[in-house]
Amino acid sequence: MLKYIVKRIVLMIPVVTVMTLIVFSIFYFAPGDPVSRIAGPNVTPEVYESIRRKYGLDQPFIIQYLRFMKSVIEGDLGVSILQERPVIEMIKERLPVTLEIGLLGFLITFLIAIPAGVIAAVKKNTMVDYLCMSGTLLGTAIPTFWLGMLLMYFFAYKLRWFPISGYGTIRHLILPSFAIGLTNAAITARMVRSSMLEVLKQDYVRTARSKGLLEKVVIYRHALKNALIPVITLMGLRLGWIIGGSVALEIIFSIPGIGRLMVDSILARDYPVVQGSMIVLTSSIILANILADILYAIVDPRIRYS
Amino acid sequence: MNEQILRINDLAVHFYMDTRIVPAVDGVSFSVSRGETLGLVGESGCGKSVTALSIMRLLPSPPARIVRGEIWFKGENLLDKTNEEMRKIRGNDISMIFQEPMTSLNPVFTVGYQISEVIMQHQNVSKKEALERAIEMLRMVKIPLPEKRIKQYPHQLSGGMRQRVMIAMALACNPELLIADEPTTALDVTIEAQILELINELKERFGSSVIMITHDLGVVAEIADKVAVMYSGRILEQADVHSIFNNPKHPYTQGLLETIPDIDLPRGQRLKEIKGVVPLPDEIKVGCRFKSRCEYVRAECMVDEPPLMQVGSSLVRCWNYA
Repeated sequence: MLKYIVKRIVLMIPVVTVMTLIVFSIFYFAPGDPVSRIAGPNVTPEVYESIRRKYGLDQPFIIQYLRFMKSVIEGDLGVSILQERPVIEMIKERLPVTLEIGLLGFLITFLIAIPAGVIAAVKKNTMVDYLCMSGTLLGTAIPTFWLGMLLMYFFAYKLRWFPISGYGTIRHLILPSFAIGLTNAAITARMVRSSMLEVLKQDYVRTARSKGLLEKVVIYRHALKNALIPVITLMGLRLGWIIGGSVALEIIFSIPGIGRLMVDSILARDYPVVQGSMIVLTSSIILANILADILYAIVDPRIRYS
Repeated sequence: MNEQILRINDLAVHFYMDTRIVPAVDGVSFSVSRGETLGLVGESGCGKSVTALSIMRLLPSPPARIVRGEIWFKGENLLDKTNEEMRKIRGNDISMIFQEPMTSLNPVFTVGYQISEVIMQHQNVSKKEALERAIEMLRMVKIPLPEKRIKQYPHQLSGGMRQRVMIAMALACNPELLIADEPTTALDVTIEAQILELINELKERFGSSVIMITHDLGVVAEIADKVAVMYSGRILEQADVHSIFNNPKHPYTQGLLETIPDIDLPRGQRLKEIKGVVPLPDEIKVGCRFKSRCEYVRAECMVDEPPLMQVGSSLVRCWNYA
């Protein structure tokens, strides 16, 4: 098991390398000359050249990339042009906010999707199944940001159960988390259902029944544990998506998360911040996938031992 | 010995498909005495497994429904039991071994867990005691290093080993009736012999009755006391194992016995077969079910189905003995 985890983490290195290379290239080849922005319009060629040399911009691409990587590894993502603060500090402020909403949304996803998917599968082709499945169809069809606005309208504006926007208390987190949770629950419930239907046909489910086990043990232990294996893979991908994809929600609910930071920085052309947050976001997606792989191995012994 | 543990009367199971109703089992009756082994023989699709699953009340419903009959087990009709009462019987009083050892064990639980689970379900024992019983059961089914094996997962075991685990699991609560549905079909011949010997040995030890479902008459000869030959949802012949092998009455039973390859057969000579295939139960409207493949077919076979008749010590469903 430990060997498996180590292998997964080692395999992460080339992925991260390629990812940083792509991010770095985007900004290296992006139009606009950083030197003339620093130096201003009226600059002598000598001063221009010395600034270029000072920031290492006269070096070839690969050297510049390696220097960039060195500082990234040291935890230095550069300094924000707009706020003149280290980028890493700004990200440290914003990332936990996004993670809070994302993980709460993730929890809601699980709490809704698993029971709904299992019940729909067990009660296949009954009214309960049709109800669950049409609900999830609706859920997959509604965009997250629109669902967020609907929730805001009814539960914050009309019913006044929750604050409309902002960040600070747990009550601020509920609506955006539900917007994420419900959308993801819809797609996950469908996956749980089809996976359960497949598993319920298996011989070992019949064996479990032939042992005289309680029906709930047959369903929730013997069948569900097998049915979750493909769901975990999907959830790993979704976890990354949740963290990286809550940009629209953060804007609607005025939440100071990393998605919002990135959008604001793009609009302000604060490239070091954009670059830094891109690296942090993509890394967290990669990390989420590794977590899914590890979880996968915990559930399925056939992967653990091969 | 003569006490009947199981008595099935006129069992009929229909499958309600989209466009038609298939009578998979159609008026089957037989009994099993305490300590006795009944061989239930027939080609694929003749209703053997459906009969077995009916006893366990494990048929998928829909599409299957038991439309007629009684299944008496120790003086109680299993068809009158509630689901909960039936659940308590399964794995405890009646248990079952399936054909496919490769897929019949749950891949995500250890062998030890899967055996101890059935013990904990039916008997009031602690987890530790149940695990100890599981080790004991593995030792009984002759799995080496049982202390190590209980921590392993099914994919780490061979097919023969997995079937031994299935047997250990089935016998863990000392059931009075064991139903083995083609337990050796998926295994090598050498492993098959070992498994049959094991079932025989454990049956003696526990005094259980066994229903051995198979299409292999070699298995029947090895293990059964009496034999019921099924065809297209009906029993065609029922007799003790000696009568079946030495004096088969029904043309179908005779045909089955002739299909056993003879090692002295000259090279190049074709193996015997029964021409044709088992008709689907809903394809036969009138007459004997075996008529289209029978060498001794007569005029009345086309019109009326023969009843099960007593001929000597056997029960035979054939007009040639009327």
